[in-house]
Amino acid sequence: MTQPVSPPRDSTDKVPPVGQHLTWRDMMARADVRTLSLLGVLAVLVVIGGITKPDEFLDTRNLQLVLTQASVIGVVTVGMTFVITSGGIDLSVGAIVALASVWATTVATQEYGFGGILLTAVLVGLGCGLVNGLLIAYGAMVPFIATLAMLASARGLALQITDGRTQIVTIDGVLELGERDSYVLGVPPLVLVFAVVTVIGWLLLNRTTFGRRTVAVGGNPEAARLAGIDVRRQRLYLYLLSGLCCGIAAFLLIVLSGSGQNTNGNLYELDAIAAAIIGGTLLSGGRGTITGSVLGVLIFTTITNIFALNNLQSDVQQIAKGAIIVAAVLVQRRTASTT
Amino acid sequence: MSHLTSRRGLLFGTAAVSAGALLTGCTSNEPKDEKPAADDKPADDKRGKEVTIGFAGPQADHGWLNAINDNAKSRARNYQDVTLEITEGSNDTATQIGQIETLINKKVDVLVVLPADGKALTQVGLKAMRAGIPVVNLDRVFNTPQAYRCWIGGDNYGMGLNAGHYIGEKLKGRSNAKVIELAGLDNLELTQQRTKGFDDALKNYPNIRKVARQAADFTVESGQAKMAQLLQAQPKFDAVWNHDDDQGVGALRAVEQAGRDDFLMVGGAGALSAFQAIKQDDGVLKATVLYPPTMAASAIDLARALGQGKGVGGLAEHEIPASITLYSAVVDKDNVEQYMSTGFR
Repeated sequence: MTQPVSPPRDSTDKVPPVGQHLTWRDMMARADVRTLSLLGVLAVLVVIGGITKPDEFLDTRNLQLVLTQASVIGVVTVGMTFVITSGGIDLSVGAIVALASVWATTVATQEYGFGGILLTAVLVGLGCGLVNGLLIAYGAMVPFIATLAMLASARGLALQITDGRTQIVTIDGVLELGERDSYVLGVPPLVLVFAVVTVIGWLLLNRTTFGRRTVAVGGNPEAARLAGIDVRRQRLYLYLLSGLCCGIAAFLLIVLSGSGQNTNGNLYELDAIAAAIIGGTLLSGGRGTITGSVLGVLIFTTITNIFALNNLQSDVQQIAKGAIIVAAVLVQRRTASTT
Repeated sequence: MSHLTSRRGLLFGTAAVSAGALLTGCTSNEPKDEKPAADDKPADDKRGKEVTIGFAGPQADHGWLNAINDNAKSRARNYQDVTLEITEGSNDTATQIGQIETLINKKVDVLVVLPADGKALTQVGLKAMRAGIPVVNLDRVFNTPQAYRCWIGGDNYGMGLNAGHYIGEKLKGRSNAKVIELAGLDNLELTQQRTKGFDDALKNYPNIRKVARQAADFTVESGQAKMAQLLQAQPKFDAVWNHDDDQGVGALRAVEQAGRDDFLMVGGAGALSAFQAIKQDDGVLKATVLYPPTMAASAIDLARALGQGKGVGGLAEHEIPASITLYSAVVDKDNVEQYMSTGFR
């Protein structure tokens, strides 16, 4: 009754060879096609918005609104892009945003004013990132599990701090930052922060050793190690970076909503991962694009905006959102493979 | 065989407990309760039979739910004859079932249950009732009346109705008035009921048209985001009803950020921050429709009355009612002072 057993598959034969024969120029060309197709999707959305609601959609105030709404999740997505590029994942971003926003808006923190709130938000983000990084890099925990654990505990701690209450910010300096009077040449300060984070992220990923190491660790950690990269330290830095981005995003959210609440950052992890993947970052690591991620975020925010302006209800919004994600990825793959 | 005995045992057990309850009910010489229903203090209540009340609620991750726990605890403290066994709140159905079963095993006298999900917890309500422990079902209703002795809760339809009427009266005489709605989490039945009540009320005012509705999800963050979009979508409107004061914090922030003040806003639930804004009367928020968390205090009153075999003061009956729907009062500048102490943070 012995049945023929198929020979055990060699687990290594699916792994791409270490030295992929791709020139720098090839990679740039590919990235460009991806970026162009994303811009195409965005252009189609703008046309749809412009046709359905010309007055409300094609309006400076609406542009300001869309970019402002994109800035919080945008900053988180930049950090997430680095982590995913390195072959990791950070499921705890939403929870870290919640914890940082809550910790930075307690009565005690608010006594220290603007600086106290900003510093606390950033430090809490960094602290959570540090724990994630240590667990993953030096505790040899799988990123999925380590950050899932962080998600649970950070949310729990946020709930414990607030007791489920909404902590209202009373510092005028913080509140004013979200209002029209503080726009710089028509650009909201939140959007400026988003822009600065994006530019720094792009430079860091594309123009520095840190960025090349990130890609190398994601592409093939063993090869990276043999090439002399301290893979563990690199991973630690990456989760610290993601935590830092969450801290900054938490501060932006405090400015935007004028409060801290333990429900903040709900499902940010999914939004950030979706935006990065749509943007062209490989979920398995080894390839990442900040430009793509930011375009991914803008596509999502624009969709939400068009839906709201056209008064579509949640059910329709959710169905359409799912369909558009699939369509965007398909279009992108088609255009990427035909060149 | 063993199955049979256990069922028989259960039957006998239930019968014995009910008989016991009946007996104590008959022999009780305590005077009928005289607690004023609307008053904050049940202090003049005489000490009666000792009652242990088990309380199980969802995780207090929202201002209103937190206020529910606070109301229950402080009310129980006011009674010397009440011991409150309160569980760690949970949103997980399985966890909450486990917690309630623990309370049943501890043989508490009465159970007060605010289910995370009413339908999903019906079985454990039935189990408690069969074990002879009367259940006061708080707010989110069980599937069948067999699972509770008394239901007390808010009126979501009434909230919408009263909000609609308030706005309708305020906009009386204004032709072609436009109204928008910032709803709560669309996945919840209560949101649909609130919207239905609002729409039904607006039907009485032919001069008013609802031009937009977006659903937020009870968080400040979503309130800000959705309200910002609504403000952009509707350059001109006369009134907005927001289902929830917590998300209203974000909505008001969006209004401020957009620099708009050309409409009136009505909130929902009854948060302290909303009451304060209404009192100050320097923004768009002019009123809020209550979904009173004091219902938890009343649930403790009812549970105590059940445990002591009494009725409710002010009513002629010897027993507490089977069902109590609370009124969704409109709080505006004229009466806000009266409600200030019930506002939750």
